[in-house]
Amino acid sequence: MHPAPSIIMFSALSGLGFGLLTMLGLGFPEVSGWVAFIFFAIGFALAGGGLISATFHLGHPERALKSFTQWRSSWLSREAWAAAGAMAVMGIYAALIIFTGTRVAILGWIGAALSLLTVFTTSMIYTQLKTVPRWNHWSPPVLFMSYAIVGGLLMAGQVSVAVPFLVALGVLQVFAWVDQDRKEAASDTTLATATGLGHIGTVKAFESPHTGGNYLTHEMAFRIARKHAQTLKIISVILAVVIPVALLLLPFHHLLALLAVVSHFAGVAAQRWLFFAEAKHVVSLYYGR
Amino acid sequence: MTLLPTHTEKTLGLVIDLDTCVGCHACVTACKGWNTENYGAPLADVDAYGAEPVGSFLNRIHSYEVQPETGGPAQLFHFPKSCLHCADAPCVTVCPTGASYKRVEDGIVLVNESDCIGCGLCAWACPYGARELDPSEKVMKKCTLCVDRIYNENLPEEDRQPACVRTCPAGARHFGDLSDPESDVSKLVAERGGFDLMPEQGTAPVNKYLPPRPKDEVPEFDILAPYLEPVAEEPQGFLGWLDKTLERIG
Repeated sequence: MHPAPSIIMFSALSGLGFGLLTMLGLGFPEVSGWVAFIFFAIGFALAGGGLISATFHLGHPERALKSFTQWRSSWLSREAWAAAGAMAVMGIYAALIIFTGTRVAILGWIGAALSLLTVFTTSMIYTQLKTVPRWNHWSPPVLFMSYAIVGGLLMAGQVSVAVPFLVALGVLQVFAWVDQDRKEAASDTTLATATGLGHIGTVKAFESPHTGGNYLTHEMAFRIARKHAQTLKIISVILAVVIPVALLLLPFHHLLALLAVVSHFAGVAAQRWLFFAEAKHVVSLYYGR
Repeated sequence: MTLLPTHTEKTLGLVIDLDTCVGCHACVTACKGWNTENYGAPLADVDAYGAEPVGSFLNRIHSYEVQPETGGPAQLFHFPKSCLHCADAPCVTVCPTGASYKRVEDGIVLVNESDCIGCGLCAWACPYGARELDPSEKVMKKCTLCVDRIYNENLPEEDRQPACVRTCPAGARHFGDLSDPESDVSKLVAERGGFDLMPEQGTAPVNKYLPPRPKDEVPEFDILAPYLEPVAEEPQGFLGWLDKTLERIG
């Protein structure tokens, strides 16, 4: 799948943003006044910035509001509702803390749940697709939510909890990659089932329908740099897990914590790039790729 | 509404004969022509005469080479592919705006272009590559089964079928109601063993493909052979002497 920068930034930024909002909703840390303002501003900026970045991917962003209509069947529509709900509830929760100094815990819990739900709906957009065997797997919901929680802990400065969570995330990520490889290799969709000609013999794409590319080959038959996947996986784990853990184990300093967050974010971005670049859509079979 | 109908009154679709298709691409041209001039946004071509031309098409013809396991020469098949108007269309349910829908009256899967936000998720959900985002209009384009031809009473009756079917010079494309067991297309599917593409994807496609008929096998038999002198395996006479002598020397 084509790793569109707007979508990668959306999923990485909004994951971090909603992760932070989740932590703030749960009261980790319990903030007030200006500190609360800054924390919530960062959370909203990341989550909202991610959502805005996602609209760059749309052909007709001016019609984006229509995407609230089909929540009965569409995960993308459910994502819109969950995101709007999370922002609204967290907005009220944040305003009450900042301006009146009262923390309505129940509102925070609902906001936290909606924030995580938003990340879950994002991941379900990918997981529901039978056409992409690597995505049609348990790992996107588990990983997207884990990355959001870990990113949130880092952003919220929950150092002692963040370290074991980071290590667990690293292990989970590696296991997910291995299991995704297995899932993709075991896919029962082949050029033989795609053409129905398998009973005659070995099917091979002879000629494409046209000499140039098309929307499908650009969007779904992305091949570039798949050969660097293993290297990128190592880089992504080093950036997202190893470096942050090392920095957090040093005596605490705000600059080190900031570096840990930056490194973690770069690792998540690399992971998301791979998430798309590695994913193979079954339509690429028709194009002999 | 992107929930799929539980039942459609008719199940209109195509039957494509892989035994007959000659790969001329006439259906591609007819489709592009009709659907550029009629219903919905025109099918754009971008950089048509430049280095990287790209355009939206609703129908494309692939070609596959199949090497029989039993040996012998490879066989070549031309393979037209357009929307299969699936009964369980995954492209419809993923649509966040309701722009994609499946019609209850005839089962045609359509896009309401004024509701399409161009997110591309339906194209991701389709295993067949039947949907393409138009490079100019930025809305999702797909086969409409020429919904503006098949019911169009301004057209002569023989033209009230999809442009691809009407134009096919080989008769490789057939159009009809696949829910009616008495329709020509249903009979054709029953008679020739029509099959689904990627049945394991669970999309329950309406369009069916007819498999290539087995190739004729010409027996190694010559009607005149019994009347002919057998050709000597070993050279005789002078040539025989020469052969033996040369073998002795060399």
